[in-house]
Amino acid sequence: MKFGKMKSQRRNRLFLILFVVLSAGAAVGLTMKALNENINLFYSPQQIVDGDAPVGPLIRAGGMVIVGSIWRSSEDLTVRFVISDLDSAEVTVEYVGILPDLFREGQGVIARGVLNSNGLFVAEEVLAKHDENYMPPELADMGKGEGGSGK
Amino acid sequence: MIAELGHFSLILALGLSICLAVLPALGVYKGQSSLMQLSGSLAAGLFVFILFSFVCLVDAFLSDDFSVSYVARNSNSALPIQYKISAVWGAHEGSFLLWSLIMATWTLAVSIFSSGLTLDMRARVLSVLGFLSVGFILFILLTSNPFDRSLPVFPVDGADLNPLLQDFGLIVHPPMLYMGYVGFAVPFAFAIATLTSGRLDAAWARWSRPWTNLAWAFLTLGITLGSWWAYYELGWGGWWFWDAVENASFMPWLVGTALIHSLAATEKRGVFKSWTVLLAIFAFSFSLLGAFIVRSGVLTSVHAFAVDPERGMYILAFLVVVIGGSLLLYAVKATGIKSDAGFDWTSRETMLLTNNMLLIVATAAVLLGTIYPILYEALSDGKKISVGPPYFNTIFVPIVLVLFIAMALSPSSRWRKTPTVKYVAEQALPLLGSMLFVALCLYFFAASFEWIVVPIVSISAWIFVNLVRDLFAKVRNKKNKFVSLFRQPLSYYGMLFGHVGIAVALTGVCLTVYYSEEKDVRMMPGDVIHLAGYDFEFRGIKKVKGPNYLADQAEVVVKRGGAIIITLHPEKRFYQAAGNMMTEADMDAGIFRDLYVALGEPVGDTAWAVRIQYKPFVRWVWFGGLFIAIGGFVTVLDRRYRMAKQKVAESIGNSGVAV
Repeated sequence: MKFGKMKSQRRNRLFLILFVVLSAGAAVGLTMKALNENINLFYSPQQIVDGDAPVGPLIRAGGMVIVGSIWRSSEDLTVRFVISDLDSAEVTVEYVGILPDLFREGQGVIARGVLNSNGLFVAEEVLAKHDENYMPPELADMGKGEGGSGK
Repeated sequence: MIAELGHFSLILALGLSICLAVLPALGVYKGQSSLMQLSGSLAAGLFVFILFSFVCLVDAFLSDDFSVSYVARNSNSALPIQYKISAVWGAHEGSFLLWSLIMATWTLAVSIFSSGLTLDMRARVLSVLGFLSVGFILFILLTSNPFDRSLPVFPVDGADLNPLLQDFGLIVHPPMLYMGYVGFAVPFAFAIATLTSGRLDAAWARWSRPWTNLAWAFLTLGITLGSWWAYYELGWGGWWFWDAVENASFMPWLVGTALIHSLAATEKRGVFKSWTVLLAIFAFSFSLLGAFIVRSGVLTSVHAFAVDPERGMYILAFLVVVIGGSLLLYAVKATGIKSDAGFDWTSRETMLLTNNMLLIVATAAVLLGTIYPILYEALSDGKKISVGPPYFNTIFVPIVLVLFIAMALSPSSRWRKTPTVKYVAEQALPLLGSMLFVALCLYFFAASFEWIVVPIVSISAWIFVNLVRDLFAKVRNKKNKFVSLFRQPLSYYGMLFGHVGIAVALTGVCLTVYYSEEKDVRMMPGDVIHLAGYDFEFRGIKKVKGPNYLADQAEVVVKRGGAIIITLHPEKRFYQAAGNMMTEADMDAGIFRDLYVALGEPVGDTAWAVRIQYKPFVRWVWFGGLFIAIGGFVTVLDRRYRMAKQKVAESIGNSGVAV
């Protein structure tokens, strides 16, 4: 009797360990796969002009919107604007949709989208600076690189 | 003058919190009950002085004292009065003062409602809470003092509260959320107290349970309110973005959910003791981690406060002390704890263990996605990345679906051991019935038949059916069946509410994800857009003036089959003080669908960009959250906890050790 009980306890414990190992393995595998597929690298306009940014995959680009560069379609919600990183590098961004409230000329934005082979950045999402005190860290760093406040 | 009083009062509160951290602990160490008894009055004093400090800050806002720079940055003389009050917690400094006030409130509550604890246990718990208060108040005084003045030159008028925050949702959302975050300090303190005393028995689980449930219910409410606010104010109709700051609130919630389930098992069956202690430590650690993410600026987020590395470093150091210290204590003290009872793999204990494991895996996945950008930047020499929402959806959704299946099965389970045949016999019919019901509903009522929706919503129906069955099974053998339906313990109703809430939320999430329709369009006055069987006619724009803003207000008439349903007035507001633009969407809310119209920007001539959305069942997401929170609150009121307290309180009263 006693021996049988021990055995079933051991068997249960073995099942439990197997279950934990298997599910942990599956979870880790799934997680790494999903992570690798959903990382969006950030590139500055300079890197995009230099050809460092890949053509095709989803990436993020950020910079200041150049004053006077906004162009709107009179047919639909297509809008184009040029972003720069205070260097001479300039990248044109195209977006179809509604821009965020805080989107303005001369302000920092981050666009998530795809670079096409003509060097046009086709955005599927545009994020603008949150408020006067807030700037995406990527842009803040860029500003420091230029020796300015980045504002 | 008032601001200086507030500042001074805060410094006194720091002194009291240091006393609260040190003296009762010293009393425990030396075995002096006089020192231990100080904890109650120290907790009361701490609360009074922080409250006074907080009231001083409120006064500075109400009296438009713009020489206080925090007021100048976050208020304006034209700001409506309710927003002047909520502006107190509208930015970093004031919100942390609110955080500390809530911390002191929990501490006071523990000292008042813990008369059933032994004297030394009470001293230990309050001492841990006092230590945490020291950390929080010191943080305010050193890095983020809301009472700083900008004398002698100060602005004539304030820069105004961020317009996004000028909303009812933001009046109530942060206090609820902080009640939850900070509330997890109580089970944490109980866990530390238990570890230091070496008496790790089921009694501490009984003590922690109502506190944990209460904190968790507040957190649930806070997250639900945040999601609702994001939907109509910030998110253009989105209700969850897997944003770093949302995740920061979601992770403690997930761990807290694991904790309340594991506490149940520990209290009732004496199992998972050391695991429960570890969860209590983790739940609060994740709250602190959330504070770090929100307030250090390490991550890009729409909600993050102003970037300040000094604050980040302070919280990080505090985080290391609290988490490192408590885990060290755990490692030293929690070894050799054995569970009293064994259980079979078909038992309810296993069900709860499954719940815990899945919730922890889900938390780990969310944590990885949230901090991966920081890790990546550190490891790859400064390369910046962001992790997109698809990552979270791919990982999180399968895990919680398995969790929900376990939840549906759980009413059939019994403690220790359940005959496997019971699961099959009891569950076959409800499962098949639910699937058939959902499939038929979709076939008759939905615009299109989405196959993937059937299994997911069926899980909701299945959960619901099983809960109802369980309730009726409880009264089957009672004499008066109707009366005993309402005579179950309150904690049981709490469980029912919580689980029904999950089913409701799951239904809402699934249906709104698969059946929402959305159009971003350019509209001229007179244009009509057709969406999901409704006609939206844009009638044009008129100027409107609010208390502290000017607005372009659109008139959009919604018709169905020629009959007018409602006229919506979405606005684009311009807040003069800081020159901010803000979108104020308008919607026709309903139980089964929302119609949502938001105004974009003028796009030439008289044309405007307009977003029109049809969101079926979106309200169910928040109804679900509300149900879950109600479940948490109801559980706290269970007689079991009150009786335990009364009984011990009486015996203490008789022996004359009143505090």
